[in-house]
Amino acid sequence: MGVLDLLGRWPVFRQLRKGDTTALGDTAMSERSRTLEPRTVRADRVVKSVCPYCAVGCGQDVYVKDGRILDIEGDPDSPISRGRLCPKGAATFQLVTGNHRVRDVLYRRPGGTEWEKLPLEQAMDMVAERVKRTRDATWEDTDVNGLDVNRTLGIAHLGGATLDNEENYLIKKLFTALGIVQVENQARI
Amino acid sequence: MPGLGISFGRGGATTFQQDLRNADCIVIQGSNMAECHPVGFQWVMEAKERGATLIHVDPRFTRTSAMADLHVPIRAGSDIAFLGGLIHYVLEHERYFKDYVLHYTNAANIIREGFQDTEDLDGFFSGYQSEEGKYDIATWQYEGVGGTVPAGGHKELYAEPGAGKGGDESGSARFEANKDSTLQHPRCVFQLLKRHFRRYTPAIVAKVCGVPEAQFLKVAEALCANSGRERTSAFCYAVGWTQHTVGVQYIRTASILQLLLGNIGRPGGGIMALRGHASIQGSTDVPTLYNLLPGYMPMPHAKQGLDLDQYLEDHEASTGWWSNLPKYAVSLLKAWFGDAATKENHFLFGHLPRLTGNHSHMQTVADMADGRVKGYFVMGENPAVGSSHGSLQRKGLRELDWLVVRDFTLIETAEFWRRAPEIQRGDVKTEDIRTEVFFFPAAAHTEKEGTFTNTQRLLQWRDKAVEPPGDARSELHFIYHLGRRLKALYAGSKARKDQPLQDVTWDYPTRGRAAEPSAEAVLQEINGYTVADRKLVSGFSDLKDDGSTASGCWIYSGCYANGVNQTARRKPGREQTWVAPEWGWAWPANRRMLYNRASADPEGRPWSERKKYVWWDAEKRRWTGEDVPDFIADRPPDYRPGKDARGVDALGGTDPFIMQVDGKAWLFAPSGMMDGPLPTHYEPPESPVENALYGQQCNPARLEWRRRDVPLHRAWADPRYPFVFTTYRVTEHHTAGGMSRWLSWLSELQPEQFCEVSPELAAERGLTNGGWATVRTARGDLECRVLVTERLRPLKLNGTWVHQIGLPYHWGVTGRIRASGANDLLPLVADPNVEIQESKAFTGDIVAGRHATGERSATSAVAPALPAGTPEARRDSLRVSEHAHDTQQEKLEQER
Amino acid sequence: MGQKGFFTDTTLCIGCKACEVACKQWNQLPDDGFHFTGMSYDNTGALGSATWRHVAFVERPVPLQGQTTGVGDFSWLMMSDVCKHCQHAGCLEACPTGAIIRTEFDTVYVQPDVCNGCGYCVVACPFGVISRREDDGRAWKCTLCYDRLGEGMTPACAKACPTESIVFGDLDELHARAENRIRALHERGVTDAYLYGKDAENQPGTGGLNAFFLLLDKPEVYGLPPDPVVPTKKAGRTWGAVALGALGMAAVALGSVLLGREARP
Repeated sequence: MGVLDLLGRWPVFRQLRKGDTTALGDTAMSERSRTLEPRTVRADRVVKSVCPYCAVGCGQDVYVKDGRILDIEGDPDSPISRGRLCPKGAATFQLVTGNHRVRDVLYRRPGGTEWEKLPLEQAMDMVAERVKRTRDATWEDTDVNGLDVNRTLGIAHLGGATLDNEENYLIKKLFTALGIVQVENQARI
Repeated sequence: MPGLGISFGRGGATTFQQDLRNADCIVIQGSNMAECHPVGFQWVMEAKERGATLIHVDPRFTRTSAMADLHVPIRAGSDIAFLGGLIHYVLEHERYFKDYVLHYTNAANIIREGFQDTEDLDGFFSGYQSEEGKYDIATWQYEGVGGTVPAGGHKELYAEPGAGKGGDESGSARFEANKDSTLQHPRCVFQLLKRHFRRYTPAIVAKVCGVPEAQFLKVAEALCANSGRERTSAFCYAVGWTQHTVGVQYIRTASILQLLLGNIGRPGGGIMALRGHASIQGSTDVPTLYNLLPGYMPMPHAKQGLDLDQYLEDHEASTGWWSNLPKYAVSLLKAWFGDAATKENHFLFGHLPRLTGNHSHMQTVADMADGRVKGYFVMGENPAVGSSHGSLQRKGLRELDWLVVRDFTLIETAEFWRRAPEIQRGDVKTEDIRTEVFFFPAAAHTEKEGTFTNTQRLLQWRDKAVEPPGDARSELHFIYHLGRRLKALYAGSKARKDQPLQDVTWDYPTRGRAAEPSAEAVLQEINGYTVADRKLVSGFSDLKDDGSTASGCWIYSGCYANGVNQTARRKPGREQTWVAPEWGWAWPANRRMLYNRASADPEGRPWSERKKYVWWDAEKRRWTGEDVPDFIADRPPDYRPGKDARGVDALGGTDPFIMQVDGKAWLFAPSGMMDGPLPTHYEPPESPVENALYGQQCNPARLEWRRRDVPLHRAWADPRYPFVFTTYRVTEHHTAGGMSRWLSWLSELQPEQFCEVSPELAAERGLTNGGWATVRTARGDLECRVLVTERLRPLKLNGTWVHQIGLPYHWGVTGRIRASGANDLLPLVADPNVEIQESKAFTGDIVAGRHATGERSATSAVAPALPAGTPEARRDSLRVSEHAHDTQQEKLEQER
Repeated sequence: MGQKGFFTDTTLCIGCKACEVACKQWNQLPDDGFHFTGMSYDNTGALGSATWRHVAFVERPVPLQGQTTGVGDFSWLMMSDVCKHCQHAGCLEACPTGAIIRTEFDTVYVQPDVCNGCGYCVVACPFGVISRREDDGRAWKCTLCYDRLGEGMTPACAKACPTESIVFGDLDELHARAENRIRALHERGVTDAYLYGKDAENQPGTGGLNAFFLLLDKPEVYGLPPDPVVPTKKAGRTWGAVALGALGMAAVALGSVLLGREARP
């Protein structure tokens, strides 16, 4: 690109030519400004969602293009939030797309000083094996008074208030079937 | 939320956020709604613009106070005295809504002769068992009713008094026989209430709460003037009320007040419980809680044996909605154990593990620290920062064999072995910690489908937008594939202990390369189906106790009615009525406002045109109105049950609280509460003052873990720890910070741990605005920045000035912005009804400058002794045994 | 198109800062540093190149009309500040490169592909709104979501605001709304309420603001100038500056030639 070309795209140059001294109107606009559009128009889908922070339950519109999130905004259709969001809700885009997100399964061995990466499938196998070992070692058919208890107090669980109902349901179902009774969540805090 | 459950029948907010706009007066107390629920606060602002009076009662002047017509500073931990004062005012000046109180509450019921009040026993009710630290509730019962009157809304604890069945008699008549409709009988609930609160005068409120009489009277007058036939007032609360050793009784006090004023089940009224996590209501409904099965059915207790009939007999109510319990319990067992569950094998009820006591989070942590727990799953929670006594939490983690953490990023709970105050200080060496730690990256809400249940019991379905990054997966994926693996590992076992796992149904369809299980399939199982044809049921009224139906959570039954995912409905709010019944789906049965039968008078007519909501249509012989009626749809107002009526038939046409055995809201709770039928002011376990009302200082039934690593301060006026501390959130962060401290856009807005102090305290302690301070308790210390502000004021209590210090708790040792964790300062004490931590009122000290030692009571710290000449102060009157608050684990230690 | 603007009603602001974050999200702005200021709950400090909405927190020893509080003579005011999109915009008039334009919505927009970072606009703004970003040297400020307006979308801050403290709309409608609001507040006894910068009559030094405010105390209490005057206030452009701008542009153009690519991506 030549210097003169560039100068030709300089708005003031065009304004001088057209005698527009107020910088109003077309003359002052660069090509970029003229064709400016919100990135949301490029979205191939708008997915209906719900804010993950507090329990107000604000509706969110998630704009997606090619499998990536372009933007997250309040959903004006929601009768609860009417399209509005608080600062946390407004920061959801950063929450889900930020580089703080860990992508790998990490493992710290006993006495270890660093994290190590683990393949997901291997880590799942290892956890299942730990559950079985601990459960078998700590199983109680009866308690100290001889009452049937069918349980292990060797394994416990914490968390649920940030998860989906379906997830809580499967956690409670599986852990109860395993005899784990110490299943708890944020309702205690 | 048993406070609401015991009073009204269901443990959930009685109304919905949008209805706040209809209120004539809104009292926000125990909540900082503008900061913690800003978008919900739009409905408060709308009410205000429509002329409502907004009152904020809070220790601090917050962003909520800034919007209020009236802000009342109160001493943290004294709300029962304040609310009790309002009850006293309403009764004393006869400002209660008489028709409502008489017909819809148990005001007229007569209580047994042996009942004694805290007025008689200096802070105890009759039945206190000092050896156990618990109550025998026999004397709290209705006169003439055999056995215990069972509580409807708190079937959570087996150990809870009255969780069991309703005595020997049946039929509704038993509740009618001993009533005094003139409300004059000295032992009728109304008179007991009057007597119980008679000393809660404005002068006492001033003395206990530090609220001048004139301010208190302003609140009382505003509430009374805005309640009645034509007007309604609403209360909003959050964890400012629950996180106390008497937290459930805080909610009870507000419930009693709202009932007396006739504000429950009516538009612009109610009690709005504001919950802090996206699905914390859901995780109580579909509980990841030790004491509950889905739909508020109790977990079985070892004392009940393995017999289903015994369990049903213990928990089924002979009258009211809970008479349906067998249908819901059997349907749950069918959902879990499928074809293996038959009538002959008691639907495999014996497969369920049994409780033997308290297995709550705090007890588990104490057990963990003592080496009794080996493996721990933590999913989307950060106890090293968010839970009481952080250093004990981390001590527990160090004693594990293995720990699984699932989160977005490396939160403090995942990194306790290398990033913690005690590691930084060198008290603990990373190499010495034997815990094996697995960190699994979690999928975000945009990367999975499913439902959250919001603070107004509303289920809202989310579609999946994108794939999770890398190896991040949903919890649904994790738990499903873990279960699949374990089923395979145990496949060949013949051991009895492995049968439940072998029998549990676990065949959910999966999708995609990652084999993600279908959340829709899980939601369909929760909704329920007929076993023969797998056809989805339309609601809990379809469920049976003969094994022909299955449902994973009866209160959610109907969320997939007609084969349609009702929770995914998104008809825009502007295209429907203000109630918006076609947005998502609310439990139960899509009712948005609970107990709405009470919005009509006993004859079924709206109390007033202005407060019209649900009414009886005499022509169509049905209840109708703005919402799904929370009542038997065709039961006329003049229906009176026969003498021997049982079950739902026993509910009369003027019984709006259908979950209750007597159909009435409970001013007085004959059962269900561990710490008394009526709320009583007790001081927090650490207080600046002695209890001004009773000889008993603290809740005598509270939970306290007496351990060397959990030191408590002197019960009151500890010279080492002279100030009141209260912890809280700010708008710019979320809970323990896992979802906010890593984000630049939020972190820059509140970048550092800070405390808030009054100019007077700043002068007294040489604190400068923007400078540094060190705060201390016997549990640990913390450096923070100082905000000196008029928004905190010293309060005059009984002639002495008390300083309060505010301390937000979001920060920890990892993340973009860091501090050492405010909850490290907390003791380990809890409410006896729900085992919730006390974090809103404790004592401590503050000094200027950076002097933190990093010492923690769970590692090496020993607090300085009380100065010579300062005697210990008792939390309990002499009649309470030393052992009253011993925990199970301590007893075990003694046994060894 | 019509004239668009913001009416920011500080009596409705709950200080949640949703506007700050929604703006950063939409415009993908970087953080502004992590500094505890000790100025109430304001840790952003001021509007700047990376903060285009800023919420000011004023703790003042004066009661709020209509409010009773137990903390004595005290009230807490909050205000979401933003570029005012002045009728006589100092930045625009000072800009020698034509980077700053008045759009078809009557808003003032900095074209980042044209701006050469000369900084003339920075000193020309009586509100201290516009500033240069350290990394690229260019001047940045609120665009009034120029990209969104074209599609009929509400600016991000106004859309997010939970309490309608920030309202976006046609200027004449906003004026009517603001007048009604003032009347209602005065009737309620909040006689301190007044409009700041509504029009030329109200604020001759700027010719009126497209983003104007309802305030309860003196402008300086909120960090606003009591009587802002646009330094270059005149109809035409400062053509002298254009010559300097031309030099700058030439330099940029030369640079781009040397580097073999466009001046601005």
